[in-house]
Amino acid sequence: MTDQKRQAAFDSILGVLVLVAMVAALYMAFLQAPREKTMGDLQRIFYFHVPSAVMGILAFAVNFGASVMFLIKKDRRWDNLALSAGEIGVVFMSIVLITGPIWAKPVWFVWWTWSPRLTSSLILWMLYVAYLLIRTYVPDPGRRAMVSAVFGIIAFVDAPIVWFSIRWWRDIHPSPMLETGGLSPAMRPAFYVCVAAFLTLFLYVVRRRYFLESARHEVELLERKIF
Amino acid sequence: MGFLFSAYSAIWIILALYLYSIHSREKKLRSEVERLKQLLESKKDKL
Repeated sequence: MTDQKRQAAFDSILGVLVLVAMVAALYMAFLQAPREKTMGDLQRIFYFHVPSAVMGILAFAVNFGASVMFLIKKDRRWDNLALSAGEIGVVFMSIVLITGPIWAKPVWFVWWTWSPRLTSSLILWMLYVAYLLIRTYVPDPGRRAMVSAVFGIIAFVDAPIVWFSIRWWRDIHPSPMLETGGLSPAMRPAFYVCVAAFLTLFLYVVRRRYFLESARHEVELLERKIF
Repeated sequence: MGFLFSAYSAIWIILALYLYSIHSREKKLRSEVERLKQLLESKKDKL
């Protein structure tokens, strides 16, 4: 079996796993998890909102690590990984920034408030959108990789601020539920299954996006050979 | 229920659009690689 065929077979298996995990996550979030007393069914947004936020931060952490590795090794593959993770982080953070206000409106009676958690999350999203935009403005691949690696490292400074904001400052946003015991034991299995499902989705998408970027690199090399 | 439905719809729409964008970019690049490889072969043959 060639490498390409092996990769395709692995992608198919991982794709099926993602599908099964997402169906399990939906089942757990809607049918297994109990109805919350004060918020009712609206609380079920939490099962996909929080894992999206965790995957967003994880993606930006991967972007940070890959950016550091690129600056050390100067290997294009690290830049490919950094870009893949950065783009996926923006997708997950977009989900967070859309589902958060949808949950907030009936609970807080406002779509948005400039609380530390919300503001730092929006800034984080904007920083990585800027990261993706910067890449489109630098034509030289080597310079583009260098500039975006430095930008990716600086942008990541905001990620710990997002994570710890609800611990450091008073915030309208719910406190970390697992640490404070705010999440009842009956709700925990659903939450863990949803995090696991999002993790498989994250791995699948990073892998696909990374190979896409590698193919783009191959195109650049071929073009240089031909023209 | 409307808010819950809206939130989950948004999640699935975003994920579906992103997966579709990856798939279409992959497809486009694959055909581009093939085209360039053929071009390179034909150039080699001419030399």
